[in-house]
Amino acid sequence: MAKPELGKYQPLSYFQLMEVSLRELLVEKGLLTEQQIQAEVENMRGRTPERGAKVVAHAWVDPAYKKRLLENGTKACEELGLDVPALKLVVVENTPQVHNVIVCTLCSCYPRMLLGIPPDWYKSRAYRSRMVREPRGVLAEFGLQLKDEVQVRVHDSTADMRYLVLPMRPAGTEGWSEERLAALVTRDSMIGVSVPKSPGKNA
Amino acid sequence: MGEAKYKVGEKVRVMKAYPPGHIRTPFYIRGHTGTVERICGAFPNPEELAQMRDGLPAQPLYRVRFRQKDVWPDYQGPEADVVEIEIYQHWLEPT
Repeated sequence: MAKPELGKYQPLSYFQLMEVSLRELLVEKGLLTEQQIQAEVENMRGRTPERGAKVVAHAWVDPAYKKRLLENGTKACEELGLDVPALKLVVVENTPQVHNVIVCTLCSCYPRMLLGIPPDWYKSRAYRSRMVREPRGVLAEFGLQLKDEVQVRVHDSTADMRYLVLPMRPAGTEGWSEERLAALVTRDSMIGVSVPKSPGKNA
Repeated sequence: MGEAKYKVGEKVRVMKAYPPGHIRTPFYIRGHTGTVERICGAFPNPEELAQMRDGLPAQPLYRVRFRQKDVWPDYQGPEADVVEIEIYQHWLEPT
């Protein structure tokens, strides 16, 4: 395939053209304004995995909150002032015996309200088909080698629920503030393809 | 709202059917038996919603846990590994 020349005009793809057409129609018919659309795009971009990290760090320091989070993820997020409309959140906890990982084999369901826009690999056919079939192999490719004693639980997000992994708190973080802990919680650790950062000297 | 027919811990089998349309039951799990892990509530049937109908009465939605070794006979990992999937009640049958 020819390499697209940077800075040169590129024709719109099928879906780009459809998006432009639909957007212009919605504005033309007076259903939405350009400003409203722009504001929503900004809003979507503003959601980052830091939101999820805040939830995880709070659960690490507050056992009663953790219990509520595992019982009803949506309500527990609202407690932290995180507005998660339409998100029916199931939080699954990693322990020394159980490792959880999230995939959506049918499409790309993802807790966007907490993690923002999903990474491209999450939507790839390879991840979606292989994670249910050979999870340990895929995790190893992400750099996560799990012992056979650890049960792997794959969560296929097929319907109305959305999933977040509550990773294990790294050792050596006793007495840390929530803010400092949250900085260790990566997006990938909340999808379950990795674990939080180690409390190295730079953390 | 539809009544939940199955209880947590109960064994259920996913129907082995291949109707056309917008189906949220993955192909790979059809015909397999698992255990109800939790009941998620009831939601309008997505197969109906996709046809611009109201999807009511709402269908109870379950999270069902399957042993990987049952789903993939050549699964390479330990016996204990599982996959959990959300399945609507009308796709489940008693074992």
